[in-house]
Amino acid sequence: MAVDTPGQSVAEAAGGDTRGPARRAGRSQSGPRSGPKGSGSGPKGSGSGPKGSGGRAKRSLATHWYAWAMVAPVVVVIGVIIGYPLVRGIYLSLTDATERNVARSIGVNEIPATYEFVGLENYQTALSSSQFFDTLGWTLVWTVACVSVTFVLGLTLANMLNRKMAGRSAYRMLIILPWAVPGFVSVFAWRFLYDERRGLLNQVLAGGGIDAVPWLNDPTMAKLSVIAVNVWLGVPFMMVALLGGLQSIPGELYEAAEMDGANAWQRFRNITMPGLRSVSTTVVLLSTIWTFNMFPVIFLLTRGGPGEATQILVTQAYKFSFEISPRDFAQSSTWGVLILVLLMLFAAVYRRVLRKQGEVW
Amino acid sequence: MRRGIAATALVAALGLTATACGGDSGSGGGDANGELSGTVTWWDTSTVGSEDKVFKKLAEDFTKKHPKVTVKYVNVPFGEAQNKFKNAAQSGSGAPDVIRSEVAWTPEFADLGYLAPLDKTAALKNQDDFLKQAAASTRYDGKTYAVPQVIDSMGVFYNKKIFKEAGVDVPETVDQLKTAASAIKKKTGKTGLYLRGDDAYWFLSFLYGEGGDMVDAEKKTVTVDNPAGVKALQTVKDLVDSKAAITDATNGWDNMQAAFKDGKVAMMINGPWAVTDTYAGAEFADKANLGIAPVPAGSAAQGAPQGGHNLAVYAGSKNLAASYAFTEYMTSAESQAKVATELSLLPTRQSVYIKPDVAKNQVIGFFKPVVEKSVERPWIPEGGSLFAPLVTEYTKVLTGQTSPEQGAKATGEEYRKLLKGWK
Repeated sequence: MAVDTPGQSVAEAAGGDTRGPARRAGRSQSGPRSGPKGSGSGPKGSGSGPKGSGGRAKRSLATHWYAWAMVAPVVVVIGVIIGYPLVRGIYLSLTDATERNVARSIGVNEIPATYEFVGLENYQTALSSSQFFDTLGWTLVWTVACVSVTFVLGLTLANMLNRKMAGRSAYRMLIILPWAVPGFVSVFAWRFLYDERRGLLNQVLAGGGIDAVPWLNDPTMAKLSVIAVNVWLGVPFMMVALLGGLQSIPGELYEAAEMDGANAWQRFRNITMPGLRSVSTTVVLLSTIWTFNMFPVIFLLTRGGPGEATQILVTQAYKFSFEISPRDFAQSSTWGVLILVLLMLFAAVYRRVLRKQGEVW
Repeated sequence: MRRGIAATALVAALGLTATACGGDSGSGGGDANGELSGTVTWWDTSTVGSEDKVFKKLAEDFTKKHPKVTVKYVNVPFGEAQNKFKNAAQSGSGAPDVIRSEVAWTPEFADLGYLAPLDKTAALKNQDDFLKQAAASTRYDGKTYAVPQVIDSMGVFYNKKIFKEAGVDVPETVDQLKTAASAIKKKTGKTGLYLRGDDAYWFLSFLYGEGGDMVDAEKKTVTVDNPAGVKALQTVKDLVDSKAAITDATNGWDNMQAAFKDGKVAMMINGPWAVTDTYAGAEFADKANLGIAPVPAGSAAQGAPQGGHNLAVYAGSKNLAASYAFTEYMTSAESQAKVATELSLLPTRQSVYIKPDVAKNQVIGFFKPVVEKSVERPWIPEGGSLFAPLVTEYTKVLTGQTSPEQGAKATGEEYRKLLKGWK
């Protein structure tokens, strides 16, 4: 189910990654097998025939059995904690499972499962409803806004803190602080700050003679407020990653450019940006996946409200599964699978675009 | 190094399976000569910081009668309890033995098979003593699944001092409430009413006031989207737009109590469960400053919802015998009298009302007739499901994201999805 956001995004990232190599491996394997010459090339060709590959596997097992044995528990654990929920989620999305018809055994009451396989009906319902597309629209706005603002801010801060200046480590420490605090703690702190009647922000504004701002009570303000909090939470990661990237750019390049008369903007445009490419493409991808599924910020600040104004896809999937009654497990799983598909599509397109631009990734 | 990592993973994996198997041990019951023992875990949902202390003390005093039983008192915030119990009950781990179940939750939990039927168990004693209204919500499908603990309804809580300063009378209708609010604003600069915008339960008295209701269970008809429902949404929207009332989309309970206790608003609509917490506020150090009146009437009628709480026993409890006894103890006339005198909560047993300490309690004296006239909700399994769609649209209307007509229509559509085959 789409509830455990970090776990899921890791799974997706892993899924996206493994697809490539797996396909490549498949291709190289099919090469010798499909060629009739390879298998029937006399007694000497035993290394490449089907018999040979079996022998190789055997030999590999004989040499590396210890490694396989050591890997096995991890594979099993991952299979259980990621594979099973994923398969189960996809299965539930093809049924009409709700709280009322799933199997449960409570003391004297033994209730068997009575839900049925309904095929793609749930997907039809989801994709023909304005609710899904309204939520998707806001999720996209939220993701693009958060990622772009976070990236620009992170890049600016990283550049500033890459210079030699007094108290640099202290500044770096301070900026990393939001990252060090557990997410839900800072989100709760923000919720108190935002409170319209008793929050600190409005009290400060009242001191300046400004009327109370309905931070989380007005739909538009609530949207801006949740984005602001997510940016606040996301900047440290961006900054640290980009700072690392900046430090890997050799200083000679800047010196040479300066000798050639390049101004600061030209140096930034032609040395810093290309030098940061590999780092920034990765962090933008990660950040997009995280933000798309950023459950705690939305859930703890507004619960998707006022009304449904700040509801993103994951919080809505959670709502189906845990907040409404009877709990609609099928619809929730459907939304979860749709989120997975959307993110996988995004990762695939993103990779293709990058590869076209000559990026090895 | 590599070997170390693999070994650690192996150990971790083994550890995981080991913990998954553990942690499932039964606890007690009754021993040979019928003496109760073991642990009873009770999830209470009363207001933290005021009511919970009294209930904790009362619950733990159960051990005076049954010294071998341990009572584990857990306060779960009311807003989370329904979901938390469902999570625990369905997964079969972490559920309490006894839960304080709101009246609308009871048929739902029973329908899902989470509650133990109580007929002919020790949990029910002197059933004839219970108010008929209170007992109605405990029955589902011909069986009794809970025992009524408290009953309640709603009224207007007002700050007498502010009313005196503004020179206005307690409003009897919504129109009078608006006039009073503007007079209060002019004279004292304070807001008239705090309207809870994040919980649709607080909307019900306005809905009843226009002659509407959520559903008509007898005729199997959804009524929330009829003209009365639309009018009620217009009424609350108008209260907020005209600044007669303030509201919040989140954190409503805390903000409402804080605003009223600090004297920032003159009125709120609330029930007996808020009395003890309200008395703790600076404005009500002198308890006489708190006035309670019937909820304002709308254009068609006047009415407040009948609410309350039952105690129900989890069907998967490992200690049913002690849980039944605990439920009986908590709902006995003696316990109810204690709760009534200390917390001004309304008893569910007729015999408690005539006890001298209870009879002279003013809050109970006020709410008793209000409860008798209150609007009974349909005790159907979907009763607790009706609020989620309504509150979404209710908040949307209050924050101007949708019109009252659209809001009522959308709620009606959701209700018809929930209640299959209803008109």
